[in-house]
Amino acid sequence: MSLAARLARNGAAGWLLPAAIIAGWEAAARAGLIPANVLPAPSAVAEAFWRLTLSGELVRNIGVSTLRALSGFAIGGSIGFALGLANGLSRLSRGLTDTTLQMIRNIPHLALIPLVILWFGIDEEAKLFLVALGVFFPIYVNTLLGIQGVDPQLVEMGRVYGLDRRALFFRVILPGALPSIFVGLRYALGIMWLTLIVAETISASSGLGYMAMQAREFLLIDVVVLSILIYALLGKLADSLARLLERLSLGWHPAFQKG
Amino acid sequence: MPAATLTARSLIATPAHARTIGSVEGRRAFAFKEVGKRFGDKIVLDGISLDVRAGQFLAVIGKSGCGKSTLLRLLAGLDRPSSGSLTLGADEEGHGRTRFMFQEPRLLPWMSVVKNVEIGLTGIASGAEARQRALAMLDEVGLADRAGEWPSVLSGGQKQRVALARALVGQPQILALDEPLGALDALTRIEMQQLLERIWFDQKFTAVLVTHDVGEAVALADRVVVIGAGKIALDLAVPVARPRRHGSAELAQIEGAILDRLFSRG
Repeated sequence: MSLAARLARNGAAGWLLPAAIIAGWEAAARAGLIPANVLPAPSAVAEAFWRLTLSGELVRNIGVSTLRALSGFAIGGSIGFALGLANGLSRLSRGLTDTTLQMIRNIPHLALIPLVILWFGIDEEAKLFLVALGVFFPIYVNTLLGIQGVDPQLVEMGRVYGLDRRALFFRVILPGALPSIFVGLRYALGIMWLTLIVAETISASSGLGYMAMQAREFLLIDVVVLSILIYALLGKLADSLARLLERLSLGWHPAFQKG
Repeated sequence: MPAATLTARSLIATPAHARTIGSVEGRRAFAFKEVGKRFGDKIVLDGISLDVRAGQFLAVIGKSGCGKSTLLRLLAGLDRPSSGSLTLGADEEGHGRTRFMFQEPRLLPWMSVVKNVEIGLTGIASGAEARQRALAMLDEVGLADRAGEWPSVLSGGQKQRVALARALVGQPQILALDEPLGALDALTRIEMQQLLERIWFDQKFTAVLVTHDVGEAVALADRVVVIGAGKIALDLAVPVARPRRHGSAELAQIEGAILDRLFSRG
């Protein structure tokens, strides 16, 4: 087996391209092709990382941002999931709420920032509200689609074989909707970071976005680049966790049975 | 009475150990009395009367859209008749002891093969007992070694065998089969027919097979009912000894007689 094939098998191949880009970037910076005030060398960013880690600033800001992201996600995600389930299972509930929700969905949630600042100031509530609103819709829409997409033949089979409503939900409907729910989850995780970055950049007194904006004020471009890289890593981490969950719970799905 | 009744006595002498039909011996599995079913203005079944003895293997055939699947759905309690009545035999407990086998396997893809079979024991057995009975039934259909696998890795015929195990694991009194072999290739189909015949012979349930394949009906059934225009057009005994040999002259002769009636050449 070739080296490339072996790397591809254990998932390391995905990291080859980022590594190559960093190496090229470092070389170009050292050769003076990229001025340091436009884009600092990776080594300078690494230095900034080390400096901020030692001062405790970095860990604190990552902690604050992660906590905001996850709490907003928990609030918006659970409401979206609950409403998705309710509207997928009950025609009455769907008739009452779906039109309203679809109207709200078409407002870009970041357009609410001025209003949110007026309501909540730049406190935690503002960030939580925006993140919750952002993750609500992908979770809601995909949960609803997942439940509506469950094979009616399987539901009929469950009824014929005497499954009660509870068993029908947990053994037929929910597992059938799960692949779609995971699509919503991964999409929501992306929106979660995006929303938080924007919210923290505009109005915050702590967190990664605040750190980046402060660095801009003081022309610390290495810290700005560092913040951006950390966002990329956190986004990747969240996505990997979602994938792991997906693999664990969708082992039956033909798409997850290879390897 | 609109139903034409025809016995095969003139075609074949009754073999000694063939099960006879229409006799008073044995209890009744179910009876349709002047059953009608309409969907809106469309009359699907129009005064069907049918008395079936427990343990009988009944095949219902007809062209597509003739109402044969509706008949089966009424029997399984999936639909209610618009007129007439349907009675189940004396010791049946409602529709709970009627099992339905669909045209598609309808296995839950997120449950292992044995868990799928256990669905057939809902409300009958649970836990270790359910597992044990499900495994025994899987052994009966020849799939004991696939118990732990996902349904997606099985072939079409194997999936239908799992569906058969799920239908039979609760030991139903009546098994309703809605063209369950329709999607299988010819050889797998014959294999499944033999399996079905063997299990039916062992377990002595009443089988009602809806099919559009006259050959299959004749190969499996004691009695063949042809539905046409919502009525029973033909009610025929198939008194051929078991196990039956596919393609034998006796079966071919009965098949020919039914086809003649279906296309009004007789």
